[in-house]
Amino acid sequence: MTIGGAVSSVDSAESDHILRVRGLSVAFTGGSRTVDAVRDVDLDVSRGELVALLGESGSGKSVTARAIMGLVDEHTSVRASEMRLGDIDLLALSEGARRRLRGERMSLVLQDALSALNPVLSIGDQIGELFRVHRRATRKQAHASAVDLLGLVGIPAPSRRVDDYPHQFSGGMRQRILIAMAIALEPELLIADEPTTALDVTVQAQILELLDSLRAQLNMGVLLITHDLGVVMEVADRLAVMYGGRIVERGDADSVLDAPAHPYTEALLRSVPQVEARGGQLLTIPGSPPSPAQIPSGCAFHPRCHLAIDRCSTERPELLQITPLRSTACFRSEELIDERG
Amino acid sequence: MNAADTPLAEAPATGTADARPVVLEAKDLVRTFSSGSALNPTRVSAVDGVSLQLRAGEVLGVVGESGCGKSTLARMLVGLDRPDAGTLSYRGDDVTAGRRRDRRLLRRGVQMIFQDPYTSLDPRMTVHDIIAEPMAAARTARAAERTERVAELLGLVGLSDEMMGRFPHQFSGGQRQRIGIARALALEPDVLVCDEPVSALDVSVQAQVINLLGDIQKRLGVSILFIAHDLSVVRHIADRVAVMYLGRVAEIGDTDAIYERPAHPYTQALLSASPSLSRADRGRLSRRRILEGEPPSPVNPPTGCRFNPRCWMSTEECRTTVPLLREIPEPLPLERLVACHRAEDAVTAAA
Ligand SMILES: Nc1ncnc2c1ncn2[C@@H]1O[C@H](COP(=O)(O)OP(=O)(O)OP(=O)(O)O)[C@@H](O)[C@H]1O
Ligand SMILES: Nc1ncnc2c1ncn2[C@@H]1O[C@H](COP(=O)(O)OP(=O)(O)OP(=O)(O)O)[C@@H](O)[C@H]1O
Ligand code: SF4
Ligand SMILES: [Mg+2]
Ligand SMILES: [Mg+2]
Repeated sequence: MTIGGAVSSVDSAESDHILRVRGLSVAFTGGSRTVDAVRDVDLDVSRGELVALLGESGSGKSVTARAIMGLVDEHTSVRASEMRLGDIDLLALSEGARRRLRGERMSLVLQDALSALNPVLSIGDQIGELFRVHRRATRKQAHASAVDLLGLVGIPAPSRRVDDYPHQFSGGMRQRILIAMAIALEPELLIADEPTTALDVTVQAQILELLDSLRAQLNMGVLLITHDLGVVMEVADRLAVMYGGRIVERGDADSVLDAPAHPYTEALLRSVPQVEARGGQLLTIPGSPPSPAQIPSGCAFHPRCHLAIDRCSTERPELLQITPLRSTACFRSEELIDERG
Repeated sequence: MNAADTPLAEAPATGTADARPVVLEAKDLVRTFSSGSALNPTRVSAVDGVSLQLRAGEVLGVVGESGCGKSTLARMLVGLDRPDAGTLSYRGDDVTAGRRRDRRLLRRGVQMIFQDPYTSLDPRMTVHDIIAEPMAAARTARAAERTERVAELLGLVGLSDEMMGRFPHQFSGGQRQRIGIARALALEPDVLVCDEPVSALDVSVQAQVINLLGDIQKRLGVSILFIAHDLSVVRHIADRVAVMYLGRVAEIGDTDAIYERPAHPYTQALLSASPSLSRADRGRLSRRRILEGEPPSPVNPPTGCRFNPRCWMSTEECRTTVPLLREIPEPLPLERLVACHRAEDAVTAAA
């Protein structure tokens, strides 16, 4: 068992990282007391790789995404020991340089599709503007590129639809249009924050397939934020599980999903209904997820954990490597793995 | 196997051979909304001829895409909305008209649990008052008895009776949904209509509420109509399933029959698009049945079968003639009903 190695790659076999984050912490300082929403997060995404960031509501997924994108206000404190996009040191960049990177080399797809589009501009104008501003394209070129992109994200008859307005599209189509805008300039990193949560399964399947083909065709790194285990099962190469603002387990999707090494991951996996166990009791996690203002001492999961021992409530387990490809932050991970036999 | 030749009129309305008494029965419910501007009025055909029976102690799941009319149906079943046509009966009594007596019957017998545990509870009321309100309105008990009953109900849903004096904002989402369930159970209803009761909850908390509903159903023998968009949750909890498409029932019947051998092309497409439940199953989505065309709109729904513009099996008949719910010989005639002209071919093609 190799322990440590914190400075080297984070459980990723490839070293071709498009995103490399070390020691990311985010705190909100606006209220009467500081809220530590994200603590000491390490995260890597390689080119052409899809990494899923999984966790319950309030665990810090979106805050992590916004901090990586540099989308924070003055009441937010972001600290990190390292944050790189390819060979660019994001921590060293000015606000303006950071802004120019967004859309161009890294983009974020937000969940709420209707509110993210401008209702008074046609879709073609909104996509075209990206090409005119960043690529100095002519109106005509921009329009043609917009049609191509709409086709790429699977909008039927794109040349007829390009001049339509957002309200003329369905929710799933608007979500795909947002993805089209996010990938318009072929960024190297795409962060998709719950891009399918509000959608029907038939539309969700289209969007997952789209993300999957984009990273293959454009060699894009994708960080997919979700709380849907089915989605993770389907598309993730690697995954990181957040609980109470920290990453508690991380590794290649096959081994983590097959044999989770953190009791929280295990409980999540077992709370999903399985066909064989129809009608029986689902495994539940007692209690509810913690709020960042009241993170329990020691291991944040200990009040809900069936394997907790005294040590768990007083001492915080570090995220340690347990095999070359994975890490977990749990004192009892060996027992957990043994328990399953 | 001659059952498939039985004339439609004699076919059971919901694809079940179950002999338990019918508690709630909907026949040909229709609900159309008007919307749009005065100059350009549009009619939204939200529910168009839905029939179903809920038997004592069973769980009937309802699935279908967003906008297919699930909530509209639910609201009619609990008497919150009145159908434009069709009938609703509760224990054999016609309650369609929504007279005072009808509403009283429905209020006692049929209760609704809403999707959003954050907005469905009055923030200014204590938990005690929220749960006791239906009893106070129905004047079923004196104040002291009501408090006793509130304590009992809180225990039933796994909350401590010490929480009675607190307000909704002091509870987590899962706890609030429990409070909603306790309130719905206050008058000992026969039927719980649950409209996406776990969709707003975290995965770990979803399982708690699903277990609670299953437990209540077993212990109290209530019937549950369970609406959800998560197909694996419905499969877990439902004895029978109704699949809706654009205001109509596409297929209804035994859960296993429908999940294992879907007979309606839409059911087939829907099931094939739901993500895998295990890593080994990965890649399912790439083999899914892809639906062509636009997602449906209940404004100007297609003629004939409402699914026909997106259906890979459609024929001329599908564009002109509405397919009625009917039995098909497979797997067993009584296990389900399907509204598709080509259901036999669809089953064979999928096998
Ligand atoms: N601007 C802010 N000020 C104060 N607290 C915030 C702010 N933004 C987020 N938080 C808090 O930080 C925590 C993490 O939030 P975040 O949005 O990252 O959760 P999430 O994991 O994305 O959850 P969900 O699945 O619900 O989207 C939450 O408790 C949230 O209330
Ligand atoms: N009061 C109303 N006025 C006009 N149209 C309505 C009204 N209520 C519902 N509708 C329309 O009726 C259709 C069915 O809506 P309904 O809410 O029943 O769908 P649903 O199946 O519950 O969808 P979801 O899964 O998104 O909750 C939709 O097109 C909706 O826009
Ligand atoms: S009736 Fe026709 S259009 Fe409708 S589902 Fe069956 S084959 Fe398809
Ligand atoms: Mg979020
Ligand atoms: Mg609804």
